This record gives sequence, structure tokens and C-alpha cells, in this order.
Amino acid sequence: METITKIKQKVDQKSTIKISGAEAVVRCLLAEEANLVYGYPGGAIMPVYDEFYKYRDKFHHVLTRHEQGAVHAAQGFARATGKVGVAIATSGPGATNLITGIADAQIDSTALVCITGQVTSHLLGSDAFQETDIVSISTPVTKWNYQITNAEEIPEVIAKAFYIAKSGRPGPVLIDITKDAQFGELDFEYKKCEKIRSYTPVPKIEKSKIKAAADIINKAKKPFVVFGQGVILGRAEEEFKAFIEKADIPSASTLLGLSAIPTDHDLFNGMVGMHGHYAPNVLTNECDVLIAIGMRFDDRVTGNLETYAKQAKIIHFEIDPAEVDKNVKTDVAVLGNVKDTLTEILPLIKENKHATWNQKFDDLYAIEYKEVIQPQQNPSKGVGITMTEVLYLLNKETKGDAVLVSDVGQHQMITSRYAKFNHTKSKITSGGLGTMGFALPAAIGAKMGVPEKEVIAIIGDGGFQMNIQELGTILQTKVPVKIIILNNEFLGMVRQWQEMFFDKRYASTVMTNPDFVKIAEGYGLAANRVEKREDLADGIADMIASDGSYLLEIMVEKEGNVFPMIPTGASVSDIRLK
Amino acid sequence: MKNETYTISIYTENNLGLLNRISAIFLKRHINIESLTVSDSEIEHVSRFIIVINVTKEQIKKIIGQIEKQIEVIKAYYHTNSQSIYLQSALFKVKSSLLFDERQIQNIIKRSNAQIITVSREFFVIEKSGRKEEIEKLYNALLPYGIMQFVRSGRISITKEEMKISELLVKQLN
Repeated sequence: METITKIKQKVDQKSTIKISGAEAVVRCLLAEEANLVYGYPGGAIMPVYDEFYKYRDKFHHVLTRHEQGAVHAAQGFARATGKVGVAIATSGPGATNLITGIADAQIDSTALVCITGQVTSHLLGSDAFQETDIVSISTPVTKWNYQITNAEEIPEVIAKAFYIAKSGRPGPVLIDITKDAQFGELDFEYKKCEKIRSYTPVPKIEKSKIKAAADIINKAKKPFVVFGQGVILGRAEEEFKAFIEKADIPSASTLLGLSAIPTDHDLFNGMVGMHGHYAPNVLTNECDVLIAIGMRFDDRVTGNLETYAKQAKIIHFEIDPAEVDKNVKTDVAVLGNVKDTLTEILPLIKENKHATWNQKFDDLYAIEYKEVIQPQQNPSKGVGITMTEVLYLLNKETKGDAVLVSDVGQHQMITSRYAKFNHTKSKITSGGLGTMGFALPAAIGAKMGVPEKEVIAIIGDGGFQMNIQELGTILQTKVPVKIIILNNEFLGMVRQWQEMFFDKRYASTVMTNPDFVKIAEGYGLAANRVEKREDLADGIADMIASDGSYLLEIMVEKEGNVFPMIPTGASVSDIRLK
Repeated sequence: MKNETYTISIYTENNLGLLNRISAIFLKRHINIESLTVSDSEIEHVSRFIIVINVTKEQIKKIIGQIEKQIEVIKAYYHTNSQSIYLQSALFKVKSSLLFDERQIQNIIKRSNAQIITVSREFFVIEKSGRKEEIEKLYNALLPYGIMQFVRSGRISITKEEMKISELLVKQLN
């Protein structure tokens, strides 16, 4: 006699429909609410693309013009939304073209799931057409990766991929799926992954550390906060603001921490690091307590480690235990998600005032303003348009409400120094890896992620040409991205170093550029070029006023330099104003 | 800071790509792996890596951090030589005729606590387990007589302190 359970099992067995591995991939993505993905088709991923076609009413695939464009677009989407970005590519060159973006996402902690096709499993290792060992290639630059050779593995592995990508310190995951696994059949059932026994995404908070940190902070006379992207990734913006306001602590951001609090906040003092602001760099070596929150003491932030904040007690709020004491020895490490640790420490923090200490930041800013900012904002007559002028005029138009996606180089530093931000996740750039060519595709992804916001890519003439083909993606999708090219007809940052450290030997930094306006027009974008200062304000206003995608090329001073600057190997307090 | 020999013990999930991922951590930092052994552990489906490196205390701490960061690593520990019980194994293939022609050989084998594990007409095989220096001593003793083949394994090691991996795994799942 059959028991009820057995009968039920039989019914269940009948009702589960076998689907292909390729269809399972799409269903998994839908289950993870990843219905907007970026990619490029090819032989080994065709079964999955066939399912994209069948699911096209629920699922949107954006065809980029290069796999690197796809991965950067997915990164831009992830950074603007806080969700997981998804990029898809075929095997071989398709997969290897993703690597730069994956490495970028790894070093900048961006949640990314990359899916690559792979040759049929019986051909693995035979040097088959478009076979590369992408799992080995991507190992050092992924948080996790895995090769699926059996359709039945697909739901569990993709669930794991999303969980790993977004939990703890986020990062990129690559899943390689052989073509036979895409064709193979499975009984589909999707369960989101919530735990992996060997993986602790967020370390347990130690109360004693919270207490120890609070004691040091409460006693500090000259405390200083340096915050990074951890505040944004941990969604801890409010907790962070409450913390610095209660204790009245001056703060400065790393490159990736920008926009975590509004740039006009009284306790915000700009950016630290090589091209950061004067006051926070100089006062790093004067504070008595340095509180690092969600940052990793990158060498571009610290300059010479031997002379970095040696006088200060160091408190490090951090989610990744491997970052503690990696570069800078801490006195107290507060492990955990900063949202939780800041929430816990807040009641222990005394309300405080540090008026004299805060005044010091203002005094040094006044020096920086007079020596650097003011002259760049109002250059003398013979000087061409400066990048700084462009940013101040742009601020007037955006009022700080736009998402700015910058590329890598001088324009990136100027944007980071001068752009006004009111909202979190408004500053997207390639930080740790310094990937030229990042901004154009990342801006496309960002705009698709937050269509209600104005998204403006700010790019140099060099970086623009590194992924210029993505204008085709704009043409096809009609995504209304605004692009500003700050054109100095040089690889500006390298040229600046050649001027300062290589006796002006401009080796391979001079650029002979095409007519960017014509190229943009060829791709169906509205476009304009500004060459004279008197046309600049109108040029920017026209770009902002336009509804669709728009490219504005601004010819800027050719040999302009970014200052202040901490030369490589120098101490943060030896920052040069000229 | 001075370099010291450290034995790293890593408990991991039994996963195909993990060896690659772990060795990349050393490669990236230009650290030479002196020996590496992967085997089963006392827990089902859990592998144990034993890696020997020569680095500073500061370096070893950072490396452990990077290893533990890997998703499929359950736990990593490091120990100095005095904190663990360890040995290596070596096999020596030697011509059989030497056993009869060179009387010294028998004494060498006896003195070194080595074992003869197989004998044939042409050759015999000596097995020696112990510290690296003991194996080297035997090697040097046999060398003048001619060694047909020599191979030495990586270090295996058991720690004096408790590891509590099973408890950890139960805790992680709840």
C-alpha cells in the first residue's frame, strides 16, 4: 500500500518539468532579480542566448560592442544600484576579454557575476576551438569561480555565485558552463543560497573592541576620520553621518568613498591621497587618533608608510579581516559590517566639540584655495580652459544631483576633487586598478540602473578611445548617457609625470585624435565641441538640457597639471601645492 | 624581522580549483613554497593542506589572512617547528649488489632507523621517515655508493594544540 507521502512524491515527480541547463541559467538569473544583463554572444554560449530570446519579455540582455564593455557596464550598474551586476560572454576570447573588468571589480569590491560559455566537457584540455582555461586565468582576480560540466549543478552553483558576490566584502564571481551542461536537462528547483559552511562573510562583532575604540575616540583631542567605499557598500551612510556629527570629527574620503556623505557637509574635508586635498593629507600626520572606516590604506592614500600617521592611534573599522594590519598597524581593529559596528559604537560615543581642530582644516583649505583652486577656477587670460573650470560649471548645472562616472587620469582626479555630490553612489570610477576605458561602458550600465538620475561620463581623450566602440551600445539602446570629453590631446597624467620626473621627455603621450564630434554623430548622438571659454557655460547647459545621449568635447589646456600632489614615496604631509 | 620556518595547516572543502587558488597567494608575493602536501583530514570531505614556508612573523599573519579569505577554506593555522610534530618520508633505490659487496650499507641502514621495503635481484628500496636533516644524513651516507633514485615527500604535520574543526563546521551551519 502506498503511503500518502509516496503518492505525493509521485505527483511531484510528474509535475517537475525537465528543462535545459541553458533555460535553468535564465530562470536562476530571474530568481535573483537579475533581469538586466550585459554581454556578447558566441559559439559556446549560444544555448543560453537562445533562452534569452525565448524569455525576452521578462529578461533584458544588452548587447555591448566588446566583452570588456559588457563587464564594465555590469560594474557601473552594480555601483549605481548596489545590486549584483551580470556579464555574459562566450568561451576563449570572449571570456578573456572580461578579465580586466573582473580584476577591476575584485580590487574595488564590486558585486559581479560573470557567466562564460565553455567548450563541451569531453573537449576540455584538448585545445579545442575557442577553449581557454578561464577558471585558472580568473582565479587570482575572482572572489570565487567554478566550472559547471553538468546541467544539474546549475541552480545550486548560480545561487552560490550570487550569494558570494554580494555578501560580506563584495567581489566578482565567474561561472564557466560547458556547452553540454547548457544542453543537458535537469529537474529545475531554485533555492537561494544563504550559507556556506566554510565562508564567514561578516566577522562577529567583538564588544570589547567597540568599547576600546569608543574610549580612545572619546579621549581624542584631534581625531580624524578617513572613510572609504565600505560605508557605501555597507549602506551605512546614515550611521556614519550620525557618528561623525555626534563626536564632531573632521572627515575625508578615499577615492571610492566619495559621495557617501554630501560634499557640502560641514565635517567633510575632501579626499585624501596622492591628488587629494591639502588639509586632510597634512593633518593625517597631526591627528592624535586616526579612525579608518571601510577603507584599506591603499598606497595612493598613505604615501610613504614609514611616515604615515605615526603619531596617531589607529582604529580600523573593517569587514575584511585580511585588511587589518595589512599596510598600517592598528591599535584597535573593529571587525564587522560598518553599519552594525557604527550602530553599536554610537551610544558609547560622547557628544563632543572639536572647534579648534576643525578650524585647522578650514585654515589649510584656505591656503589650498588660494594657491591651487582659485587660480585654476579663474585662470589667467593666456591659459586654455582648465578641467577645474569645467567641474565648477558642471556643479552649477547638476547641483550635485547627477551620477558622475569618471575614467582614469587627470580628469578623474579633478572630478574627484571638485565635483559636488548630494547623494550616495553618485561617484563611480575605477579606483584600485585604474582601468582606462572604464567610464563609457560603466556610465551605460549606471544609467540603465538608475534611469531616473542624470548620468554623466567624464572621460579623457585617451580613455575614451579605449572603449569608444560602446557608442554603438548607446546607439542601439538609446540610453540617454551624457559624455564629457576633457581633451588635452595628451595622455595627461603620464605627461604630467614626464614633465615632473622625466625632464619633459613626452614619450608616447602625444595624441593625434579623430574628430570626436563627427564620430559621435556617426553613432547617432547629439554632439558639440567647445574650444573657447566664453562658450563653455552654454555648452554644458545645452548638454544637460538635451533629452537624449549627448557628447560634449571640451578642448582644455594642453599641459595643465593636477595639484596638490604627493610624489611617489613621499610622506602625506609633504604634499606639494605646485 | 627574522625569517622562520612555519608550517601552515589549512582545512578546506574538497574542491578542484582550490590548490591553484592557494598556491597563487604565495606566487603573488614571491614566497617560495618549501613543501606542500594535500590529503584527507580526520573529517569526511574535508581536505588538509600542509605548507612549509620560510618567512617573517608579520608575513605569515598576512598570508593566513589571505588564505582564510578564500571561500572554500574552513580554517588556516600556522605553527613553528616547536609547536608541531612533523616528518617527511623518503625513498632510496639502490643496487642490490651493494648489500653484499659493501658491508657498510647494512650498518648505515640500521643506524639511520631506515627500513628496507622491497628487495629484488637488481635493486632494493629503503624507506626513511623523519626530519629533513635525518633524511639528508642518510642521503649523504648512501651517496658514495650510488643512489639510483631518490624522492622525498613534503612535510606532514600534526599540531600539539587542538584544532576543533568539526565544532567550527557545526557552528558555521547554525
